[in-house]
Amino acid sequence: MHNKSLAELANGLQAREFSSEELTSSLLDRLEEKNSELNAFVTITREEALTQARAADEKIASGDAGPLTGVPIAQKDIFCTKGVKTSCGSKMLDKFISPYDAHVVENCNDAGLVMLGKTNMDEFAMGSSNETSYYGTVKNPWNLDCVPGGSSGGSAAAVAARLVPAATGTDTGGSIRQPASLCGITGIKPTYGRVSRYGMIAFASSLDQGGVFTQNAEDAALMLGVMAGFDTRDSTSLDRPVPNYAATLNDSMAGLKIGLPKEYFSDGLEAGTAAVVQAAIKEYEKLGAEVVEISLPNSALAIPTYYVIAPAECSSNLSRFDGVRYGYRSDNVTDLESLYVNSRSEGFGAEVKRRIMIGTYALSAGYYDAYYIKAQKMRRLISDDFEQAFKKVDVIMGPTAPSPAFKIGAKTDDPVSMYLSDLYTGAVNLAGLPGMSIPAGFDNGLPVGLQLIGNYFDEARLLNVAHQFQQATDFHKKSPSAYA
Amino acid sequence: MSIEDSDIKKIAHLARISIAEEDIPGYATELTNIMAWVEQMNAVDTDHIEPMAHPLHAVQRLRDDVVSEPDLREAAQAIAPETEAGLYLVPKVIE
Repeated sequence: MHNKSLAELANGLQAREFSSEELTSSLLDRLEEKNSELNAFVTITREEALTQARAADEKIASGDAGPLTGVPIAQKDIFCTKGVKTSCGSKMLDKFISPYDAHVVENCNDAGLVMLGKTNMDEFAMGSSNETSYYGTVKNPWNLDCVPGGSSGGSAAAVAARLVPAATGTDTGGSIRQPASLCGITGIKPTYGRVSRYGMIAFASSLDQGGVFTQNAEDAALMLGVMAGFDTRDSTSLDRPVPNYAATLNDSMAGLKIGLPKEYFSDGLEAGTAAVVQAAIKEYEKLGAEVVEISLPNSALAIPTYYVIAPAECSSNLSRFDGVRYGYRSDNVTDLESLYVNSRSEGFGAEVKRRIMIGTYALSAGYYDAYYIKAQKMRRLISDDFEQAFKKVDVIMGPTAPSPAFKIGAKTDDPVSMYLSDLYTGAVNLAGLPGMSIPAGFDNGLPVGLQLIGNYFDEARLLNVAHQFQQATDFHKKSPSAYA
Repeated sequence: MSIEDSDIKKIAHLARISIAEEDIPGYATELTNIMAWVEQMNAVDTDHIEPMAHPLHAVQRLRDDVVSEPDLREAAQAIAPETEAGLYLVPKVIE
């Protein structure tokens, strides 16, 4: 049962081949066993899940069910869940129980999806390897010595190991696409604003965007249809109708114009990854697409720009953690100042502190123009590069990450080398565009992802383009042998 | 440019984070290296470029000035470290 896709499970439930309670119980048994080696989940919600499953079965029996009612999923532990711990991978929120649900969680609940638990992640989504989590590193199911990517590494590992058919994620600089690539699954980060940020714990608010991991593009289309939508409680939510993403999956690739940024195939890209990506693009040519070289001249500066803007916003957002209203409070307190300082110093981990320090510095008097305003100007140039490119092409393709999964510990002592894991993904967040990663092949037994970048609001086309590749190839059907 | 130990102390204070005395030189070196890498941006002339704060030219949406949120005070205070009579407690501020 665990190998079935989200759509297959939904069909099985509708056809009464099995009940949601049977399915949920069977996935929970497997999850509890496998999680001890993968560490993909921070919290497993067995009782709540079985209650949701029984309610789903009643709806299915009474003919009151939606298309996905009763299908189990997981939520990244950045999405607030009423009554269930939401840690955001941090000691700061180790005992935090949200009084409300995130919009994404409300939408999933309304669709009848069954939550099996909350997935591990880099602390406050700051990381590209899941090594910054307070709850320990997540293991990559393809090789337990390797990282799953980050920050949504628990969700990616959970879907790759077939613990759940779908898991939510968030992407600020690549945190859905990079782990999707490293774990050999499908991940989509929609246009900025498409999925509400309400109840999604903030990292860098002008970049953060919710999305999802699945086995394939069809499932991603179904999940995004549930998660997306206008929400007045997010001041930058997009007030646009959500299309039926599944309706256009079978559109032809004939005449599709694919842009390959020459900057994405130069320094920094490993040869094995480049070969897989080139082969995937050949596959699109076979499907009738036309490939043209394009240029994104400022792309090499996207990550330096990102590492001003994201830390600046993070230092502002995380100032809310003060030990007063919720979250960790230090026991070592003599006055108000020491309450703030000690709660924050004991509650935050090293990478979060590093980014708060970078952001505070970049925003401080005397440096604001040189760093923050400069980065915002770079952001416009990077965004303009994409705007020019999309005058010539329908979709941009390239590698998702510069290499396959790296070994645990390989980059922990070198922040800049870790930051460069987002070399090809960060620019997309700066511009606010939608992006995907789909499994494109393997290098030395480790999966390699192909990145698809679309124009604003073009999620339907990305999903269509991804689905057509998956009709012609079977990389998305491969799972790690230990979890087959 | 080089970030000195004194800069680290000042930034840490602004951020309300304490850094152990023995960790300050390491922090200074690391932040110097990261900011030097960030300064690659300076290779591009941006004199006449308008800063971009936000994708999609978004403007702040306004709503009618009416109560739109339910009263969550009890639920919100239930998760606070320390409250009394509907108030959040902190160490004494005024002697």
